[in-house]
Amino acid sequence: MPSMTMIEAIRDAHTVAMERDDRVVVFGEDVGYFGGVFRCTQGLQQRFGKQRCFDAPINESGIVGAAIGMAAYGLRPVVEIQFADYMYPAYDQIVSEAARLRHRSAGDFTAPLVVRMPTGGGIYGGQTHSQSPEALFTHVSGLTTVVVSNPYDAKGLLLAAIEDDDPVIFLEPKRVYNGPFDGHHDRPIVPWSKHPLGEVPEGHYTVPLGEARIHRAGDDLTVLTYGTLVHVAQAAAEEHGLDAEIIDLRTLVPLDVEAIVASVEKTGRCLVVHEATLTSGFGAELSATVQERCFHHLEAPVTRVCGWDTPYPHAHEWSYFPGPDRVGQAMREVVSA
Amino acid sequence: MTDEGLRLRIPEPARGDRPAERVRFISPAGEMKRPALDEKVERVALMRKQLVRVIDDDGVAVGEWVPELSVADTVRGLRDMVTLRSFDARLLRAHRQGKISFYMQALGEEAIACAQQRALEPGDMHFPTYRQQGLLIAAGYPLLDMINQVLSNAHDPIRGRQLPVMYSSKSHGFFSISGNLATQYIQAVGWAMASALRGDTRIASAWIGEGASAESDFHAALLYASTYQAPVILNIVNNHWAISTPEDFARGASATFADRGYGFSIPALRVDGNDYLAVYAASRWAAERARANLGPTLIEWVTLRVGAHSTSDDPSVYRPADEAASFPLGDPIDRLRRHLTAIGEWDDRRHGELVAEVDAEIEHAFAEADKHGSVKDGHVGDPCSMFDDVFAVLPRHLREQRAQVAAETGACREA
Repeated sequence: MPSMTMIEAIRDAHTVAMERDDRVVVFGEDVGYFGGVFRCTQGLQQRFGKQRCFDAPINESGIVGAAIGMAAYGLRPVVEIQFADYMYPAYDQIVSEAARLRHRSAGDFTAPLVVRMPTGGGIYGGQTHSQSPEALFTHVSGLTTVVVSNPYDAKGLLLAAIEDDDPVIFLEPKRVYNGPFDGHHDRPIVPWSKHPLGEVPEGHYTVPLGEARIHRAGDDLTVLTYGTLVHVAQAAAEEHGLDAEIIDLRTLVPLDVEAIVASVEKTGRCLVVHEATLTSGFGAELSATVQERCFHHLEAPVTRVCGWDTPYPHAHEWSYFPGPDRVGQAMREVVSA
Repeated sequence: MTDEGLRLRIPEPARGDRPAERVRFISPAGEMKRPALDEKVERVALMRKQLVRVIDDDGVAVGEWVPELSVADTVRGLRDMVTLRSFDARLLRAHRQGKISFYMQALGEEAIACAQQRALEPGDMHFPTYRQQGLLIAAGYPLLDMINQVLSNAHDPIRGRQLPVMYSSKSHGFFSISGNLATQYIQAVGWAMASALRGDTRIASAWIGEGASAESDFHAALLYASTYQAPVILNIVNNHWAISTPEDFARGASATFADRGYGFSIPALRVDGNDYLAVYAASRWAAERARANLGPTLIEWVTLRVGAHSTSDDPSVYRPADEAASFPLGDPIDRLRRHLTAIGEWDDRRHGELVAEVDAEIEHAFAEADKHGSVKDGHVGDPCSMFDDVFAVLPRHLREQRAQVAAETGACREA
């Protein structure tokens, strides 16, 4: 089985989708000739031609708005917002239009499109290249929101997203594009070639939307997380000698409540971890869900470790980032509470 | 430099409060040339401070823009407009009767949507605003379905999901209306891009009001249409009022809304929107350009919003009462009627018969729809249906919420 980085896996998903379905078109800023600033679409224009993969003007509302029109026509657009931080001009098109088109027209028109965007920090991106805005999408009815953490899932989930009949927000934590970053920014980068989830099958397969993955089984506590923080949580558990059950949620909406409930009922303890800001973050939804459904199994308060409620600070990135020390300390507190 | 310091300009209606002066650059009918489909954009741009007009004050169609339209088709156009006006009047009455929650009429703007629909082909897709119901009427969409939508009853084709007048009909080339402004403009361009990508022959038509042309999505749409030379008609309906705000705020210091085209190298026309024949001819010109792979055309339709913005609006506090009566471009139905009369194909008796026939048709459709009740008297569909169509497949969290509504109301047909 070939080993791929997450960038290669995403590129491969595009290739497979474009070969299988000529309705799939790909566009965005720097996406065509150059292949994207993170190279996720590299080679697609050369392979499939300029009618299938092309560059767009710097206007995110235009990218998503045009994609909605194309999807309503019957195509399957896959568009890239260069950084999630640049998504806001497109927010009206995503929230008021793509998410609601099927409902407001009673199924007369639909918007099967995928909006991909790199998220998260850890690359010295400052406040405009580091954000994790997933909660701004999970709060919107009609959107499926995916956050990927590894090459295998990235390919399978992207193919599932492209084949889905509704809009999918596809979030790619950029810090794990090239390796399973465990939060130790001062250590050498571990490449995906040394990780089992870097093994990516050739050809077509899907990872179902709405299904979580047990990243690490354990009995001491349940860690609900996604994206980069899956790997941070694993490092924290190992470094603190805790038998954590780490659940990679993968899809935030629809949420795999069964997987969450089964794990928390087993461990009786739950820590929620994400990189996005704490207040009104998706962790609040997770915490509420756990206490509503697992209250009588809980032996400790559901606890959250998230990004601080500040803009992402360029020079203080590693004081902001919820790294393995902060996550591990919280794990210990949850286990000993 | 001045000794006085800087001063901020707050626009006033540029032509003052006198309605007769509300439209500048009014060319005489027949004066303007009809450019070749591939005319240089610089030369078309010379027309942006003029006005394409066909029907003159005597009702005679004059000049190069006179369209090839049979008498039967012209009469059909008149019928479309009379139907739309009667439809609006009946539904405004329904609002006064307390049967509907809200309504928006197209009074005075009937020619634009009605004529453009007839000028395009089946399969083309309009991305309308809330004041283009004439597109549906001229496309033969069932009046009963329209009224059921406005009543939001159990027979509403979009199942009570949207405010009255936010219709949707893919089969009649009418994209689902969003209450948000301008979002549809760039979507129309995307639809047209898709049609071109697929080697199709169908084109898109984007609609916006002059007020909403201030939105960023309008400029995105012009840029994308220009960059990719999309087969799309970019309509700006300039009815001079954005609720209470005069056109001057959206237009800026430009002379006309047709000016917007030149910076994007999009050929732009400024057309008398109350002249059915001019609307038809200009729409044909733009559609032929699009279908010939010559790219987008922008058209500013000059008209007047004769009525209120909506049933929630009271225009008496911000506009002169006699504005419509003295509007220099007249009334679209009167003008086409005068034209048909001038060519000996119409008279008062036939017009009276047409109006009576249309009124009866509307009354009949309304009575049929009214049998199903309305949102105002609680005759709505199954409340559990609100969970349908959020996604293609109902996910777990919506299944749970749907079951709660079923338990609360006991009305849901299936648990």
